[in-house]
Amino acid sequence: MTRFLFRRLAILLPTLVFVSIIIFGLQQLLPGDPAIAMAGEERDPVAIAQIREKYHLNDPLYRRYLLWIGGVLRGDLGESIRIQQPVGQLLVEKLPVTVELALLSMLIALGIGLPTGMISALYNGRWPDYVANVIGLWGLSTPNFWLGIMLILLFSVQLGWLPASGYISPLEDLWGNLEAMIMPAFVLGNAISAVLMRHTRSAMLQVLSSDYIRTARAKGLRERMVIGKHALRNAAIPVITLGALEFGQLLSGAVLTEQIFSIPGFGKLIVDAVFNRDYAVVQGVVLCTATAYIVLNLLADIAYFLVNPRLRA
Amino acid sequence: MTAAAIEPAMQKQPAEQSPARQALRRLVKRRSAMLGLAVVLAFVALAVFANLVAPYDPTEADWGALRGAPSIEHPFGGDELGRDVLSRVIFGARASLSAGVISVLLALLIGIPVGLLSGYAGGWLDGVIMRFTDAMLAIPFLILAIALAAFLGPSLTNAMIAIGISAAPIFIRLTRAQVQSVKTEDYVEAARAVGNPPWRIAIRHILPNIWPALMVQATLTIASAIIAEASLSFLGLGQQPPAPSWGSMLNAAKDFLTQAPWMAIYPGLSIFVVVLSFNLLGDGLRDALDPRHRG
Repeated sequence: MTRFLFRRLAILLPTLVFVSIIIFGLQQLLPGDPAIAMAGEERDPVAIAQIREKYHLNDPLYRRYLLWIGGVLRGDLGESIRIQQPVGQLLVEKLPVTVELALLSMLIALGIGLPTGMISALYNGRWPDYVANVIGLWGLSTPNFWLGIMLILLFSVQLGWLPASGYISPLEDLWGNLEAMIMPAFVLGNAISAVLMRHTRSAMLQVLSSDYIRTARAKGLRERMVIGKHALRNAAIPVITLGALEFGQLLSGAVLTEQIFSIPGFGKLIVDAVFNRDYAVVQGVVLCTATAYIVLNLLADIAYFLVNPRLRA
Repeated sequence: MTAAAIEPAMQKQPAEQSPARQALRRLVKRRSAMLGLAVVLAFVALAVFANLVAPYDPTEADWGALRGAPSIEHPFGGDELGRDVLSRVIFGARASLSAGVISVLLALLIGIPVGLLSGYAGGWLDGVIMRFTDAMLAIPFLILAIALAAFLGPSLTNAMIAIGISAAPIFIRLTRAQVQSVKTEDYVEAARAVGNPPWRIAIRHILPNIWPALMVQATLTIASAIIAEASLSFLGLGQQPPAPSWGSMLNAAKDFLTQAPWMAIYPGLSIFVVVLSFNLLGDGLRDALDPRHRG
C-alpha cells in the first residue's frame, strides 16, 4: 500500500505543477491589459502605474508565476479585481452551491445509470436492453443547456410547477432549495447517467460470464441471490470508482447549467470572470477544480486498490 | 469426406478478405450505424448546399415574422429580429459541423505525433509528455476550452482552436497506449532489425495499425466537439452574431421562451440529432473494428 501510494504521489506532484503552469500561462495571455481595464474609463496613467506596481504586472513572467504559486501554497489566491474580494473567500462562498449541485446530480446519475445498466446486462439482446441503450444514447447526445431550456419551458413556463431560475440556501428553506435544484441536477445527472449505465452494463456482462457466477448458479442459489450478492457487488467496484472520474464532466456541465438556471456557483463565477478579465478568479476556479479532480482520482485509485484483492496481492 | 465433396465446399468459401474489408462488412450490417451515417451525410449536404436549400437569407430581418409562430412561409417560425429560424438552422449546420470536424482534425494533428513520440521514445521524454497530458486532462474539457477561447478572443475559428487543443490530450494518451501495445510486435521488431529509422517505423509500420482505434475515438470526439462549439457559442465565445450557429441561436432563444419557444426547440433538436448520429456511427465503427465490444 505504501509503495502504491508513493508511486501515485510521484505522478501527482509533477502533474499539479504542470496544471499550475498551464493555468498561469493561459491567464497571462488573455487579451487586453488588466491594468487599463481596472483603471476605468479615465485611464489615468498614474493609476495604471500604481495598479501595475500593486499586481506585479511589470515583473517578468517567471517571477509572477513564483509569486503566484507561493501565494497559492500559503492559501492566498489573489484578489478579484471586479468584486474587490479575496479569491479564496469567493471560492469558499461558491463552493457549497456547486458541491450541492454535484452531489444531487451524482445521486440522480446513479439512480438512473445503475439500474438501467443492470437491466440492460441481465436482458442482453432483448427489448429492455434496447430501451436502456436508447436511454444511454439520449443522455450522451443531449446538450445540457438545451435540455435545461426545454425543462424550463415545460415545468416553469407551461406547467408553472418549478422556478425557472434562482437559488435558495437549504439552510433558509430546504423545500425551496430542492425545488430550485431539481431541474439543474437532473440536467447534469442525465449525461453522467448514460456513462454510468454503459459501464455498469459492460461490468455486469463481464461478471455474469465468470466462473464464480456459474458456480453460484450450479449450486442452486436463487437468481436474485446470484445477481444481488455475487454479480452486483463485483460489478459495482469499477462503476463506483468511475463516479469519481466523472467529476470533471460534472464541473464542465455545471458551467452551462449554472448559467442557465442562474445558480451562483463555480460555473457562473468562472463565466462572469472570463467576461470581466478577472484573471485571479479564473485562475482560482480552474486550479481548484483541477486539484479536486486530481485528488478525487487519487482517492478513486486508492479505493479501487483497497477493494480489489488481486491488486493488493 | 471424398475429394469431390471437399472441392465444392472449398469453392463456396469466400476469398480471404482484408481486415478492413471485414470491418466494413460488419459496419454495413449495423443498421443503427448506417442510420447515423445517413443523417450525418444529410446534414453535411445541408451545410454544403445551404445557399440552395435555405428558403431565406439567414441574416435578413423580416418584421412581419418577428417572433412569428411556425407557418407555411416560415416552417420553424421567426426569431427575435424576424429572421427565418429554418434558414438559420440550415446555415448553422455549417458552423457546427465544421467546428466538429476541424477541431478534431487539429486534435489529431497534435495528438498523433506527440503520442507516437511519447510511446515510441519512452524514458524521461515520455514521463514529461505524460505528466503534461495528465495536467491538461485534469482541467475539465469545457473549462479549458472556455479559458482558451477567452484568451484567443471570441470567434468561431478561435473556438475551433480552443476545442482542438482541449481535445488533443485524449489523442496523445490513446496514441501512446496503442504504440506501447504494438511496439513489441514482431513486425515492428523486424522493421527495426532491417535498419529502418524510428520515424519511419512510427509512420509506416505503427500508425497504420493503430489507425482504427484513432478513427473510432475521432468519430466520438466529433460529437463532443459539436456540443463544445455550441456551448462556447451559447456563452458568446464562439460564432459571433449575426452569423448563425446553433449555440448562439439557443443563447438568444432563452430570453424569449414564453413568446417564441420554437426559437429554442429547433436549433437544440438539430444539435441532438447530429450528435446522436455521430455517436451511433462511432459505436458502430467501434463494434465493427473490434468485435470484442459487441454484446
